[in-house]
Amino acid sequence: MGSNSLHVLKGINFNVQEGELVAIMGSSGSGKSTLLNILGMLDEADSGSYFLDGLPIKNLNEKIAAQYRNKFLGFIFQSFNLITYKNAVDNVALPLYYQGIKRKERLEKAMYYLEKVGLAEWSTHLPNELSGGQKQRVAIARALASEPKVLLADEPTGALDTKTSYDVMDLIQGINDEGKTILIVTHEPDIANMTKRIVNLKDGLIIDDTVVQQVKANVHV
Amino acid sequence: MFSLERWQEMFETIAKNKLRTFLTSVSVASGIFILVLLLGVGQGMQNGIAQEFESDASNSIWVWTRSTSVEYKGLNPGRPIEMTNQDYDFINRKNEDLIEYKSSRARNWGVVVNYGTESGSYGVEGVFPEFQMVENEVMVAGRFINIRDIKERNKVAVIGNKVRMDLFKDKNKDPIGEFIRINNMLFKVVGVFAEKSEEREENRVFVPSPIAQQMFNTGQKLQGLAYTLKPEENFETAVLKSEKFVENMTDYLKEKHIIAPDDDRAIGVNNTLENAKRFYSLIFMIKAFFWWVGICTIIAGVVGVSNIMLIIVKERTKEIGIRKALGAQPMSIIGMILQEAIFVTAIAGFTGLILGLALLELAGPLIQTEFISNPSVNFNVALATVFILIFAGALAGFFPAWRAVKIKPIVALRDE
Repeated sequence: MGSNSLHVLKGINFNVQEGELVAIMGSSGSGKSTLLNILGMLDEADSGSYFLDGLPIKNLNEKIAAQYRNKFLGFIFQSFNLITYKNAVDNVALPLYYQGIKRKERLEKAMYYLEKVGLAEWSTHLPNELSGGQKQRVAIARALASEPKVLLADEPTGALDTKTSYDVMDLIQGINDEGKTILIVTHEPDIANMTKRIVNLKDGLIIDDTVVQQVKANVHV
Repeated sequence: MFSLERWQEMFETIAKNKLRTFLTSVSVASGIFILVLLLGVGQGMQNGIAQEFESDASNSIWVWTRSTSVEYKGLNPGRPIEMTNQDYDFINRKNEDLIEYKSSRARNWGVVVNYGTESGSYGVEGVFPEFQMVENEVMVAGRFINIRDIKERNKVAVIGNKVRMDLFKDKNKDPIGEFIRINNMLFKVVGVFAEKSEEREENRVFVPSPIAQQMFNTGQKLQGLAYTLKPEENFETAVLKSEKFVENMTDYLKEKHIIAPDDDRAIGVNNTLENAKRFYSLIFMIKAFFWWVGICTIIAGVVGVSNIMLIIVKERTKEIGIRKALGAQPMSIIGMILQEAIFVTAIAGFTGLILGLALLELAGPLIQTEFISNPSVNFNVALATVFILIFAGALAGFFPAWRAVKIKPIVALRDE
């Protein structure tokens, strides 16, 4: 945007296998959020190619992008981004609405995922009646509800205290253990250490890409 | 667009945003409500004034003559002008297709009329049967003068209610069939008439035209003419035609009786339609004013709805971003916002419409003034304004919604 174009990413080349739990690290301005947005089809790269499950993601119009997001991706945000006037179960059911699933089935499925994140009895509560950790769990349940291929988490613990952060990471690790591919953008080393692979970005370039020994979050709890 | 799921989603949103919905509804409903009331009162005023005019046939034209006031072709001013039966016949023949009812008037004031020992002096007027329609006389008893009376030169009289009271002191006495003396000639009373609005005009006696001319010994002379014209589709053409008729008639009379074209005194014409025209233009002004106020109200309503829509979309920018990230199609988001806007404005608009109509319906008959009668509203006009508001609301919602949808979800989400 604007007349001064700024190249944030200057050559990124990496693969993520199914079932991986990857942390993308870097200081602010390193391009990690831009990378995540491109992966999330919320933004498009000026050049280069991106394959998701063998599908080329290129020149998508809004309609197709929306379809792919709905089918392939689940988002977890730092600020949760729940719809404030919908209760927990309706928030979780929202991506299913855009998949065209009937209401009854939607709510059943949403309840299943709420149970999975341990918030079954909070299902009728509005977001402002939930704690930060609970909100993030609802957001995770929502991301899971559409049964995406990849979960993209942008600083999922950024707005949470340490203990709650570890709770959420424990949940994310559990989901990963069930085989879900997850990418987490973070700048906290302890969170990054809870993943299986850390990709370090600096000034739009990958400076380090290492597989690490995963630290289980429940050790800290 | 109209799937059940969509409606469920919309009703949920509406139910959870009561204040927003309420404000939109009030601004739309009040706009329509006020418009309906204004239009209703405007219509009521028109009805009221139209009713005021109903008492006289509103398109009657009365002609009389006086003395000339302008010297013309060597003739001195102050010369008395008198119309004749020939003038009357000529005007009738010339304007056959325009005239509805017609009558000449051969009259005399202060004519002594007596019955038995009672007597009085009244205006006696020789007329034709159609005079009844021109003057809108109501028969209290008996009949008016008819064609046979004219043809057979029957000495019959139709007396006003006042005359009857004066002459027939015995209230129970039926005047029909009794003989009265007019100018010492015996006339049989065949009817009693009443005037709807003007009681002093009941102080008259009508006799067949030829008899009057004979009785007053005025030969072919006439003192006046009375006409009504055929009704027209709309008021404007009626006025136009009557003005044309009057112009042709006065032109003819002026030429025939050698009156200066610019002599406005010699021939008097009272065209009631022209009087009515003034009132109609007053009504028109009032209605125009009400329309103007009403349209301003609607514009205020449109602006209000647009404003609310802008705020709604602004407020929902983040929600739109969330929905997009979760896989909502751009059109589905625009559809959602528009459907909600249209639904709310439609319900509110019709509520205002129904409330306004109900108030007019209930309060209308209670209004006790001459100038407002039966206030009502053209339902189609009211309906059209509701649709204008709905359309305006939808339009006002569409552009910001379109823009919001165009914003990248990631930008919308950052928007706190």
